[in-house]
Amino acid sequence: MNSAQIEIQLIASLVAIACAIPGTFLVLRKMAMISDAISHSILPGIVVGFFITQDLNSPLLIVLAALTGVITVVLVEYIQKTGLVKEDTAIGLVFPALFSIGVILIAKNANDVHLDVDAVLVGELALAPFDRLIVSGVDIGPKSLWIIGTILLITILLLFAFFKELKVSTFDKGLAASLGFSPAIIHYGLMTVSSVTTVGAFDAVGAILVVALMIAPAATAYLLTTNLKKMLALAVFFGVFSAISGYWLAHLLDASIAGSITTMLGLIFLAVYLFAPSKGVIAVMHREKQQRTEVSLLTFLLHLKNHTEVEERHVNHLREHINWQKVRAKTVLELALKNNMILVNNNVVSLTKKGDTFTSKAIDYIITNEDAQIEDMKDDFFLFRG
Amino acid sequence: MDLQEYFSLVFSDYTLRTITLGTAILGAVTGMLGSFAVLRKQSLLGDAISHAALPGIAIAFLITGAKDSNTLLLGALISGLIGTFWIRGIVKKTHLKSDTALGLILSLFFGFGMLLLTFIQKQPNANQAGLDKYLFGQAATLVESDVWLMAIVTGLCLFVLLLFWKEFKILLFDADYTKTLGFNTKVIDVLITSFIVLAIVLGLQTVGVVLMSAMLLAPAAAARQWTNSLSKMVLLAAVFGAFSGVFGTAISASQTNLSTGPVIVLVAAVFVVISFVFSPSRGLLFKQIRFIKNRRDLELHKTLAFMYHIAETHENISHPHTIKLLNNFQGFTRKTLQKLVEKNYVTLDGNMWSLTKTGFETASNLYTKQSTKDE
Repeated sequence: MNSAQIEIQLIASLVAIACAIPGTFLVLRKMAMISDAISHSILPGIVVGFFITQDLNSPLLIVLAALTGVITVVLVEYIQKTGLVKEDTAIGLVFPALFSIGVILIAKNANDVHLDVDAVLVGELALAPFDRLIVSGVDIGPKSLWIIGTILLITILLLFAFFKELKVSTFDKGLAASLGFSPAIIHYGLMTVSSVTTVGAFDAVGAILVVALMIAPAATAYLLTTNLKKMLALAVFFGVFSAISGYWLAHLLDASIAGSITTMLGLIFLAVYLFAPSKGVIAVMHREKQQRTEVSLLTFLLHLKNHTEVEERHVNHLREHINWQKVRAKTVLELALKNNMILVNNNVVSLTKKGDTFTSKAIDYIITNEDAQIEDMKDDFFLFRG
Repeated sequence: MDLQEYFSLVFSDYTLRTITLGTAILGAVTGMLGSFAVLRKQSLLGDAISHAALPGIAIAFLITGAKDSNTLLLGALISGLIGTFWIRGIVKKTHLKSDTALGLILSLFFGFGMLLLTFIQKQPNANQAGLDKYLFGQAATLVESDVWLMAIVTGLCLFVLLLFWKEFKILLFDADYTKTLGFNTKVIDVLITSFIVLAIVLGLQTVGVVLMSAMLLAPAAAARQWTNSLSKMVLLAAVFGAFSGVFGTAISASQTNLSTGPVIVLVAAVFVVISFVFSPSRGLLFKQIRFIKNRRDLELHKTLAFMYHIAETHENISHPHTIKLLNNFQGFTRKTLQKLVEKNYVTLDGNMWSLTKTGFETASNLYTKQSTKDE
């Protein structure tokens, strides 16, 4: 690893952390798409700032672009307030219009501007180490490293200073307001931080991929935990991990670093989405199947309890009566047998004592409309789950 | 290029005619399907799908090695559909909300697409140039066969829309009722979503990945302001979309260095702004006018009621009182008094006012709702 490689990985990791922190709150506040809108609509801000400063890394440009980001949020909220269209439509109307203005501004001045829309959207991390910050003749590192480092520092300071306020206002707006925290200030504060981060990160990873770094780590972490602190830590970890592994993937394929980082984020999300212990798709599907079988089992036991006649309890009749397919009937019957809830004598099924208590209790809960209690009861009665 | 020149060119110049026709058809079909997306609260789905289509384009190119636009569109369609159904999967199976799901799929697919595009660019064969036109779209690359494809898809879409109009409509407004009626909601849902994806993919070549969502939303959002009937809205959205396409093409053709996609989006945005402000029933302008009018009426009523309470204490209801009495009252202005006189509720005599008989009766019925006459 040479020093440029280390610097690139360092910048990518800092960007990932700086994005993951506001991203977590955006995901929790159901405003993930706002980050997409901001990342697009800062373009006119960047273009105008670039016309004035002629420098992609100037602080003025960052301020102007961040201002455009906040304007986007205000515009979206204004349109929402008129009630003419739904919230998501408002987002979808505002940012393409602003983005179009940016693209047209660039195209009209294409001859005298060294600004490429592709570069704004996609960024080129590989070039970041070549733009050095030189203070009184001494080279103190790449410019983007300083920019994103400063933004990250401010973000972390704000996070520690206002963690409690952010937490309360994210999960219970009414409580936050009644405790005296202004939801509007926290909201616009978060929006400003998101805008600044987006702008600071855009020339490293590109505007659209900032969205990936904001949403994907937070969403992945949300599938694994419901604790805010753990979620933040996990999001930061996923962000940094994909930043570094993405860099090496890009190195291997000789392709865009930002694209590889996003691909790594995607792979991590896919893995967690499928295999997360309790919220992953496989776990959810397994649970659904289990519950389906257990509900069938309960129906079956209720039927047995209601009928003392032998012919109603004959195995062949059951299939006909409850109208289950053969496989399902077999699963349910086996489950009941395994749990010692029924006995089968000469193809006639009858409840055991345990099965009888279980069914009576279940009926009680169903009648009193406390269905949720059945889940707890299952733990007491079942040796094997469905 | 002035207007006259433009009109003559539209009919004589092959490129301009193709582009104008293409963007018009595109605007119409996206407007039509966009109405459904907007009403189903899936406005941002278009944004997600158009981004999600990018890796499909890249993979289709990697497999076939050809830049045939139909093959690339097929790739885009498949990856767009995968993206859409993954979004549904995320929303349905996990506790992540739809905005997170949309943002996730959008950015992840787009990032993967960028990875593939840069990977392709480093490949030795020189055929890859121009794949990135799908990012921002280049209406200038439209050829006649593309326009034919668009026309065929639009026709197909129109046919299906008319065929399943009742089903689409009922699913839109009451999904549970549709289910109880015995319709297979899943199939209808998949059908309409697939057509939305198809329309988006079709527009990628013209306006590009980033701006496609606006093509879907803007005409529909504009049309929504003018009507409450679905059929009228779909029709209006199609008209708005088509006009955005035509005007956008005309404006961008009349200037140098003006890409068509962003101009079309801005024209559509102008339609939206006009609709938001000037629509008679929902527009901001008329809403404000109604608001002011209501406030005036209320003030008038308040003044009248105040006068009524004073007049009530006298035997003769038309007993004159001094105007000064009213000055303590907030709702009172010279203008309201003048209006009351015009309505013949009050007569003025120098500095004195007195309630007329009609005025007294209206005032006494004011809050009992017995009066049917509108102010």
